[in-house]
Amino acid sequence: MTDVHIVGAGIHAFGRTPDMTGLDQGVYAVREALADAGVDWADMQFAFGGSSAAGSADAALPRLGLTGVQFINISNGCATGGSSLLSGYWAIKSGEFDIGVVLGFDKHPRGAFNADPEASGLPRWYGETGMMLTTQFFAMKIRRYMELHGVSATSLGRVAVKAFENGVVTPHAWRREAVDLDTVLNSQMVSDPLTKFMFCSPAEGGVAMILASDRKMRELGLTGPKVRGAAVRTRPRGSFEVFAPSLDVERGVAPTVLASKAAYEMAGVGPEDISVAQIQDTESGAEIMHMAENGFCADGEQEAWLAEGVTRLNGRLPMNTDGGCLACGEPIGASGLRQVYENVQQLRGRAEGRQVADARLGYSQVYGAPGLSAVAILEA
Amino acid sequence: MVVAVADGVFVEKAGGPVLVAGRRKTDGEMRFPMPRGADAAFYDAVELAPEGKLWSYTVQRFRPKTPPYIGDDDDKSFKPFAVGYVEFAGQVIVEGRILVDDPSTLKIGLPMKVALEAFPTSTRGEVVTYAFRPA
Repeated sequence: MTDVHIVGAGIHAFGRTPDMTGLDQGVYAVREALADAGVDWADMQFAFGGSSAAGSADAALPRLGLTGVQFINISNGCATGGSSLLSGYWAIKSGEFDIGVVLGFDKHPRGAFNADPEASGLPRWYGETGMMLTTQFFAMKIRRYMELHGVSATSLGRVAVKAFENGVVTPHAWRREAVDLDTVLNSQMVSDPLTKFMFCSPAEGGVAMILASDRKMRELGLTGPKVRGAAVRTRPRGSFEVFAPSLDVERGVAPTVLASKAAYEMAGVGPEDISVAQIQDTESGAEIMHMAENGFCADGEQEAWLAEGVTRLNGRLPMNTDGGCLACGEPIGASGLRQVYENVQQLRGRAEGRQVADARLGYSQVYGAPGLSAVAILEA
Repeated sequence: MVVAVADGVFVEKAGGPVLVAGRRKTDGEMRFPMPRGADAAFYDAVELAPEGKLWSYTVQRFRPKTPPYIGDDDDKSFKPFAVGYVEFAGQVIVEGRILVDDPSTLKIGLPMKVALEAFPTSTRGEVVTYAFRPA
């Protein structure tokens, strides 16, 4: 079977771009990715793309060219980008296609996401009485985790400080000013124990990637990181997910644990082999929990890791090198692909100002509503 | 006359209110609230214990977005409220609003009991919902 490579990557900077729609930013990213690879839209044999709040991804077609290409819209909650990547991977791996594009974009209004109880299969009163908020969920999940595993509020603060520090040196980041620990810890409390600077915000952006088979890559004289493993998994029984009026007393693992194991197995590598990781940091606590869920450290070890700076740019295992969701914001449809884009830059030695030395294996994990996780492992 | 936030979420007993969950007939998995509609046939209604232990909690410090929130307040008059999960031993862990004067007194493991709370809405007048308070 052929290997799958990422031969081109493009991004529209995350943040707020008032004069562009989400679709505009997606089209921009596709053009950047095509130019990066030096191929034409007419060469694309397939496209998988999605947005959560900015319309149908195949609305990009009249702009890019009505070539008749197979275009499939992907809608898979917070794992929309990861699911597009996985679909493109399968399309090539199956032998049906040689080259194609995956894209994701979004544009959300300011503030917390609006939630619709019935669309999530929940009773109306759950939302009516003020319990259907992602912010509450994240706060309660990390509160319990901190209690069980001895993680301090200072560690929550350190994650945010690192994110903004990395945002400063990342051209596609939204928040590009450093914020010190005291400011993070003493900023407005949003949902205890999480302060304003510990949460990411809904934002805008677009990302696209050109995938190609081994053969096609050679034929075109291109290079690019190989996709070693990719997996999407949903919540198993007993996991603690957003919008849950009740939880099982018998506790289970998170969907990330399942996706992570599956991706490591596909890749034939383990967490100790990873050189750089982009993991879901919807808020500071999520990054801390995901450090363990992805197998990088044991529960509770994060306290020492963060104090020692293990995950900073100059540390042993740099994480969220572009500032993650905290510094880039979270346009749902684009967020997972942004992580992969950053790994492509790191593995190609193009991450100027934030380059991880000798990066060989890049790991990415996007997680979110309604309780699913997508992992991708790339090799330089 | 008390108007419940929804039918079948809680029942009032001599000793105070209790919550009504559903136990799936095939495997015993419990969920709250008791499923309604076609799914109800797969569950037996089960009354939960009147007391449990605080499993996790937070404070909602900004007014939730409308929709879906229907509280009869606005950004200015909104008062932060505590919310959390209570574990009913051997049954299920349930999320609810928490009635407490000082949220800083809450801690995981604290005994909590089920209570009723008048909840003024902007669309349905005052309804009564369940909540938890330190036992």
